[in-house]
Order: sequence, then C-alpha cells, then structure tokens
Amino acid sequence: MANETKKTLRRILHDLKHERKWIIATLLLAAVTVALTLYVPILIGQAIDRIEGQGTVDFSAVTRILITVGGSVLVTSLAQWLMSLFHNKITYETVEELRNRAIEHIQVLPLSYLDTKPTGDTVSRMISDVDQFADGLLLGFTQLFTGILTILGTLLFMFFLHPGITLVVILLTPLSLIVAALIAKYTYAMFRLQAEYRAEQTAMIHETVSNQKTVQAFGHEAETMQEFDEINGRLSDAARKATFFSSLTNPCTRFVNALVYAAVGLTGSLAAIRGAITVGQLSCFLSYANQYTKPFNEISGVVTELQNAIACAARMYALIDEPAEIPDAPDAEILKNAEGNVGFRDISFSYTPEKPLISHCSLSIRSGQRVAIVGPTGCGKTTLINLIMRFYDVSDGAILVDGTDLRSITRHSLRENIGMVLQETWLKKATVRDNIRMGQPDATEEQVIAAAKAAHAHSFIKRLPQGYDTVIDDRNGALSQGQRQLLCIARVMLALPPMLILDEATSSIDTRTELKVQSAFQKMMQGRTSFIVAHRLSTIQEADLILVMKDGQIIEQGTHESLLEKGGFYANLYQSQFAH
Amino acid sequence: MKKLLRYLAPYKKECILGPLFKMLEATFELFVPLVVASMIDRGIANGDRPYIVRMCVLLAALAAIGLTNTLFAQYFAAKAATGFSARLRHALMNRIQQMTYTDLDTLGTSSLITRMTSDINQLQNGVNLTIRLLLRSPFIVFGAMIMAFTVDVKGALVFTVAIPLLSVVVFGIMLVTIPMYRRVQERLDDVTDTTGEALTGMRVIRAFRNEQAEADTFRLQNQQLVKMQQKVGSVSALMNPLTYVLVNGAVIALIAVGAFRVHSGALTQGAVIALYNYMSQILIELMKFANFIINVTKAVACGNRVQAVLEAGTPVRDSDEVPEIAEQNRGTLTFSHVSFTYADAAEPSLTDISFTAKRGDVIGIIGGTGSGKSTLVSLIPRFYEPTAGCISVDGIESTAFPRRALRSRIGVVPQKAVLFHGTIRQNLQWGKQDASDDEIRSALETAQAADIVRAKKDGLDEMITESGHNLSGGQRQRLTIARALVRKPEFLIFDDSTSALDYATDAALRKALRSLPEKPTVFLVSQRTASIQHADLILVLEDGHLAGSGTHTDLLETCPVYREIYDSQNRKEVRKHGE
Repeated sequence: MANETKKTLRRILHDLKHERKWIIATLLLAAVTVALTLYVPILIGQAIDRIEGQGTVDFSAVTRILITVGGSVLVTSLAQWLMSLFHNKITYETVEELRNRAIEHIQVLPLSYLDTKPTGDTVSRMISDVDQFADGLLLGFTQLFTGILTILGTLLFMFFLHPGITLVVILLTPLSLIVAALIAKYTYAMFRLQAEYRAEQTAMIHETVSNQKTVQAFGHEAETMQEFDEINGRLSDAARKATFFSSLTNPCTRFVNALVYAAVGLTGSLAAIRGAITVGQLSCFLSYANQYTKPFNEISGVVTELQNAIACAARMYALIDEPAEIPDAPDAEILKNAEGNVGFRDISFSYTPEKPLISHCSLSIRSGQRVAIVGPTGCGKTTLINLIMRFYDVSDGAILVDGTDLRSITRHSLRENIGMVLQETWLKKATVRDNIRMGQPDATEEQVIAAAKAAHAHSFIKRLPQGYDTVIDDRNGALSQGQRQLLCIARVMLALPPMLILDEATSSIDTRTELKVQSAFQKMMQGRTSFIVAHRLSTIQEADLILVMKDGQIIEQGTHESLLEKGGFYANLYQSQFAH
Repeated sequence: MKKLLRYLAPYKKECILGPLFKMLEATFELFVPLVVASMIDRGIANGDRPYIVRMCVLLAALAAIGLTNTLFAQYFAAKAATGFSARLRHALMNRIQQMTYTDLDTLGTSSLITRMTSDINQLQNGVNLTIRLLLRSPFIVFGAMIMAFTVDVKGALVFTVAIPLLSVVVFGIMLVTIPMYRRVQERLDDVTDTTGEALTGMRVIRAFRNEQAEADTFRLQNQQLVKMQQKVGSVSALMNPLTYVLVNGAVIALIAVGAFRVHSGALTQGAVIALYNYMSQILIELMKFANFIINVTKAVACGNRVQAVLEAGTPVRDSDEVPEIAEQNRGTLTFSHVSFTYADAAEPSLTDISFTAKRGDVIGIIGGTGSGKSTLVSLIPRFYEPTAGCISVDGIESTAFPRRALRSRIGVVPQKAVLFHGTIRQNLQWGKQDASDDEIRSALETAQAADIVRAKKDGLDEMITESGHNLSGGQRQRLTIARALVRKPEFLIFDDSTSALDYATDAALRKALRSLPEKPTVFLVSQRTASIQHADLILVLEDGHLAGSGTHTDLLETCPVYREIYDSQNRKEVRKHGE
C-alpha cells in the first residue's frame, strides 16, 4: 500500500513537471510571505518599546519602524496575491489536462469495460476524484509547506528573542498534538459509522423514490416509511456523535493554545522584570504564541487530505491506465463502399472465459440479403450485433466483410459502412439537427430534412418549440420514446450505408407509424445487407434468411417456409403465436 | 425556508442555550487582552511577581471556563442540527409517499433525491454553524470594539474606521464571488453530463464515429469551466492580501495614535498592546463570519428547495370508510364520459371515454404511441384523477373508496419492470404482505416465472440487487407480473408490460390468466393486435379519443383505425388468406 502511494506520488510529480517553474515560484512566494508575516510582530514589538511611557516616546524611531512595517505588509500581501494566482493556475490547468486525457482515453476503452463498470463510478472518477485530487494535493501541499515554515520560523525567531521562553513553548507543543490526535481517532470512528448509515439511507432513498409510483401502486408507503425511519434513527444518532466530536477539535486545541499563551505570559513577564526581554518583545512573543499552534491544526488536517488526494489520483490513474482496445492494425485497410458480403468463419465468442456463448459458428450472407435474427429473450441476438460492429472481437475464427477479416479493416471505415438503430434510443444533448447529422457532420440542411422526412420524423420535429434547433435534453423528457426512435432512424437514413443493423428498432413506435417507417426501410434495405432483430412476423417472413438463436447458438437457419417445413424450434415458436 | 423552522421546534432549548454558551465563551475571550495589559502595566512596571502569577492563573482559568462553555454549545448545536435534519428527512420522505403521480411527474425523481440527501445535509451543516457562530462572531467584533473604547476612546476610533472597511472588503468579495461560484457549478454540471453521455452512448458514438466530436465537446466545456474557475479564483485571491493590508494598516494607525497618547500620559504601554490584540481578534472573527455567511447562503438556498417540495402539489382528499359493495357488482368497472388532462399540458390526453367491464372480462386497449392507453389504465387505481367524468368500481364511484383500499383490489404490472433490493420472496410479498410460499409459487406459475426461481440457487431466497440488475429484462417482467398476481386482485392491469416477453411466453401467460379461479377483470394495454385479439372488449384509442370498441371481429369490420393497425402487423398473412 505504502509502495502504491509512493508510485502514485512519483507519477503525480512527473505529471506536474511542466508546471515546475510555477510550483517553485509559489514556494518561494510562500517563504517570503511566512518570513515577513513573522517579522511584523517583531517590528511592532520594537515600536511598542519606543513608546514606553509619558514623555519618553521616541517619535522618529517609531515613525521609522512603522514605515518598515508598512513596507513589509505591502510586500507580503503582494506575495500572497501572486501565490494565490499561481496556485490557481497550476491547479486548474492540471485538472483540465487530466480530465481531457481521461475523456480521450474513454473513447478508446473496450466496450467490455464500459459494459461492466457502472457509469456513475467512472463519472465520479473523472469529476469528483479529480477535483479532490487537485484541491487536496495542491492546496494541501502549500498549506503543509507554509505550516512547517511558520512553525520553524516562529521557533527560530523566538529562540533569538529568548531561548528560555521558547523552551516552554516547545515543551507544551506536544499537548496540542496529542489532544488533536485523540479527537481525530474518536471522530474517525464516528464518521465512518455516519458514512456507512448515510450510504445505506441514500441507497434506499434512491431505490424507493426512483420507483415511487410502484411503491404507491402496491400501497407500500407505510412499510417504506418504517424502513426509512429505522435507518434515519441510526443515522441521526451517528450524525449527532460525529458532528459533536468533530466540533471538539477547535475548542480543545484553542484551549491548549490558551495555556501556551498563559505560560508565555508568565515566563515572559518574569523575564521582563529581570530585564531579560523588553515589553515589546513580550508582546511579540504573545502574538507568536497566538499563531503558533494554528499551523499544527492545519497540518494534521492536511495529512489526511493529502492521503485522500493521492487515493483520488490513484483512482483516476486507474481509469487512464485501463487497457485500451486493440488499436487498428497499422496496415488496416479502409473499407470503401462495401458490397456487403458478410461471412462468419468458424467463430467462437464469450464475454467471460468461464461461460462460452457462441462456439464454432459459420455463416455466409450475400450482398443485399435480409437477415432476421429471432429467438427467445437473452439468446444472444445482441451479441451478434456486438461482433459485426466490432464492439467486441471474436475469440476464435473470423468475421469477413467482402472477404476481408474485420480485424484488418479500420474500425471507422467498417462502421461507416454499417447503419445501426438500437433498441435503446440514445440521443446526445444537442440540437435535433446535430443528432441527425451525427454520422455526417457536413450534411446540408436539405439532406437532413430529407432524412427526417424519410423517417417520418419531419412533421413532429417541425412542431417542436425550436424545430430542428430544439436541444434534446434527457432531463426534460420532451420527446416520447417513439419520437426518439424516429430520430435514431433519421440518423441512419441520412448516412445510407451499404449494411444495416436494426435491433428491435421499431418496438416503441405504434404500428401505423411503423408501417410508414417500414416502407421507408424497404426502400433503404433495397440492395443493402441488413440484419434485423425483430419480433414482428411481417419482418421475419420477408427475410431472405432467418437465424434462429437459442442460448447463444444459431440453432436453425433458413427461410420462413423451409424452417416451417423442418418443424423445429422455429416452427414451434410460430405455431404457438401466429397460427390461428 | 422559514416554515422549516418548525422542525427545529423540539430543540428550542438547544437553540437558545447553544448561542448563549457561545457568547459566554466569547466574553471570557474578550477579557484576555485586558488581563495582559494589566500584567504589563502593573506586574512588570512594579516588578510584582505574585500579581503576574495570579494574572496568568486567571488567563488559564478564563481558557478553562471558555472551553467548558464551548463544549456545551457544541453539544447543543450538534444535537439540534442532526435532530432537525432527521425530522426534516422524515417529513420529506413522508410527503413523497403521499404525493400524487402528478406531483411526482412535475418534481422529478432526481431532484427529489437531491433534496432528500445533499440539500438536507447542507441544511444540517447550516443549522449547526448558525447556532455556533451567528451570535458569537458579531459579539466578538463589536465586543472587541467596545472593549477598545473602554481602554481608550481616541485609539478606539481607529476601530470605527477599520471595521467597516474590513467588512466591505470581506463581504464585498463574497457578494461578487457567490454568483460566480454558482456559474462554476453550472459548468461543472455540464462537464458531468457530457461525461455521463460519453459513457452511456458509447455504442452509438462509436457506430457513428463520433468519438472525436464527443471529446471536443468535452474539451470545450472543460475549458469554459476552468476559465470560470480561474476568474472566480482571481477575485477571491484578493481576500487575504487586502484584509492583511487593512488590519496591519489599522495596527500602524493604532501605534501611531498610541505613541502620541502615551507621550501625553493619557495611555499606558500595556493599553496599546491591548488595543493591538483586540484588532487581531477582530480579523480572525471576521474571516470566520465570512465563511459562515457562505455556508448559510448555501443552506438557505437548500432550505428553500426543500420547503418547495414540502409545499408542492395539492394535498389529496381521501375517503376514510370503505363503502359496502353489492355482490353482483363485484369486478365491474365503468368509465362514463371520462376526460383527463395532464398538469401543464395544453391538450387533453383522454377525451370522453365511456365503457363498461364485467367481472372476468379481458379488456384490450390498443392505439398508437401517445394515444392515451397508459393514461387510461392509470386512472383506474386513481394514480391520476379524471378532470371530467367519473369512474365506478364495483358499482361505486371510485372516489368513495380510500385510495389504499381501492389499490389493494388492483394488481398493476407497470411498463417498466422494477424490482427492489431484497429476496425474490420479499419482492413478491409487495403484492400481499403475508403471502405464503404456496401463494407465491402459484402466482409464479401463472406468470410463467416459476422456472426463473427454480434456476436460482437459493430459490425464493435469492437476493435481487438494487433495481433488479441481476436479472434480464424478460425475467424482471415476469416477476413483476407474479408480484401483481400474488394478491389475487379483482382487477389486473398490464400496462404494455408484456413487450419484453417473447411470443410463446406471452401466449402461455394469456392462457394461464384466463383459467385463474378468482376470475379477475383484466386490462391489457398492448401495441400488438395478436396480444389482445381474444379480448372480450377491445378499446381502440386515437389521440385520446375512443376510435372504436368491440370484439376483434367487430372492429375489423367497423373500425378503420383498428383495421389499419391489424393490417400493419399481419400484412403477409392477410395477403395469403386473400390469395
């Protein structure tokens, strides 16, 4: 673990390399700030010594000293200001850079990563982890640096003023640390408990409130409240303790601080009576004593923050280090205007090695053929699409397009030749126009409208508040599921690639609209190789080839008539549903 | 925000005592510079060692008393703040339980969750800080100024200039930055959204070769975020240097004034030091107070949002008595001239719908997307109230039933197959709390879901993870059907909920429903004529109007809309039959 931390730290330093001169400047400015901040009380002390009593004030000396104070105050604040500016620059540039690197990397991550990792987890790595890393590491580091400098500087200045009193301060210091550590230990346990209950409650809130309609439909409100109150009670209890204990740190260290102050006052005053120090120096000592323990509190907080920051950085790096998908072969061909012959040569595939899914499957589809994929839920229809689109690579055998192995074609050119409409109607947060143009960013307005018309989307788009300029936002849910689907179809209509993949594409459109879409599809599919995952009999019957899938295997293939004749699984399926 | 204070009412004692103890602590703190001053002026000047010792003991004693007071204050603050938030969470959750579907639609799930979690946490923090700092900080600032006046009126005049100037700087910077931070948050939300989008849309993005465009959008938003952060950062970077200059400027002025006053004999050296110390105290407190204001501003914003939810929507009127039902009317359901318009919608979703269902009937409801099918069935359990017309259940107007009693007669299978964290058994018992394993198994059998449970290692005790992610869509759907069947309802509603089932399962399910001994009245919403063509009554909806009703054969003759839907799904067969 410690090793891990060190490795992460080294990597962070490496990533900060190009900011090096800014970091050094920040540290120098911090040193200047600390030194001058500590110097001012000494000057004030000297000034106080010159205003000893009635008629004995040395005005010229006081004036001189106060001018020096003014000068150092101005320099200090300038240094502080520049320090903050540099600090912001380093922090925000680092964050920007890290996030950009992450988003670029996400674009090349294998689909298997994105399919298995919860989206929320990756988002939180990119957003809150990066934030915490930048805040904790850079702010923490400057705080740590100035804190240590302040402590050392204070001790040094004090030592020169009077070693004896300094010794008193040094002896009392551990008390403050012990108190802070004790409280931190207690608080940590309480906080962990609070975090645990809070997570439990959040999960419960998430589940029930997201499905509040179901809760009410089943009259489950009372039970829900009962469960909620039980967790709420535990949380409230833990929160009270955590809040109380954590709010002890400040008063307790302030108390220790006050004791140090009193001790300095005592020894200092006695020394002053002996004439060992002046009254001005005593005042300087007292103001040091006031500031002295503050950095200790900060440092103890900073250490946990730094650890947290490194942990956050590690999570972020883990995302960036996640192996990317195998890049296109260097000599990969660019597939242009494919004819659309698709062949499976003895392919095998599984998502996890323990659970083989497709094994030794061979197929040959000629250009322009219409292939319907049918079978019960969860039989692997989506897997077939994943393979043809090369979202996943086959583990054995090869898929060929026009006789070329998919793996020796660039992914972009392959996908440019395939139009895909998934059951899941994903649209990006952009205007309707930009969504339709997704595959052809340079399409003209006429082409966009023609595609929308072909998909029977034009009429409803026109009725949207800003027509083609309406921004689609998941959160306002302005579009119905069916309308979203029509837009996904328009997206493909615009590109008109030689091969098509339609995954239950029409399931959310009412059948009459579908009829219109189907007619457009018919035209589009003319001369194009198409794979259709469909439930509708009409689509299935019109297919040139039906692939019947079960448990990941293609168990039957043929035309509607030949399969019925065969009297196998498909014939059964058909009899149970369509025959009257 | 104000109305939330009643959740703080049980903690009235804590809310009064907490700040009081804080003020006591502050009072003791204010004495410290005076003690130090007399140490210098009497102790050192006269060489009075016992006096110095006494004064230092007094300093330690003041600290100890201060600490004791704070401990009480912190305890009261923690108790009141966490108690307040627990009560508020309970109230809000309770309100959500009673919200109508219309309220839930308007408010939205994600905002409700934010209100329940982070907003209330922020509020708790705000209450805690308010109890601790609201009185203390101003008290120290003005207390220090008053103490300064008691030390020396002329010297204290420096304070009357310095404090307003300091306040202007501190609160001025705050006022400028608060809205800027809000904009930072908005841009961060954009970046977060785009990240989520890049992940959920990965398949489509890659299929349309949009990887670079997506990354570019992100870069642009990221850049805008950083620009805003830099901007607000450079404003708040002024805070420390400016306050430092002001305070030390005041100190210089104090010492200059002090020099003249001491020279003329009006002031002692110790008094100058006391004035200097009061100035330092004021700076520290002002910084704390500024931080406190930021937190309170955030908390008030959160509080207003929470209050808005608590007050949202119309409180529902509900009947308390279950009316008596004539046995011959059991299982009947009548819509007479029912219309319904969603809140904020311009057009009605249902217009003048009338029909009657008898016990044991299967009612098919078909129509295009957005034709009002789901709306129609969601009026039956009174998820929404009709805007016109009336619905009778078991021969009695449905508003005469308490909602709970009405809903307990109805089994609903929603469009979205949602299950909850817990075992399969616990999930099915949602339908009927005390359902026995036998009842559960027979429901599973009817729902064609028995094999799912059989395939699981722990059978009915198999855990379903949050939202049922460890089951396939079809499996979830069959379990939600079983859940609705467990209570042996009089009315069963399938809200287009058989779409994830393959044809064979769908057919078997329909057959099993027909043979249920309790003869429920079934409402089947579907887009497929095949699923409803055997229904006793088919309602054809178009744009919220009843375009036709009757049996399959009737409708093929009389209803052109139905005919068209049917043909669109059975073209080839029709052609074949015609050949």
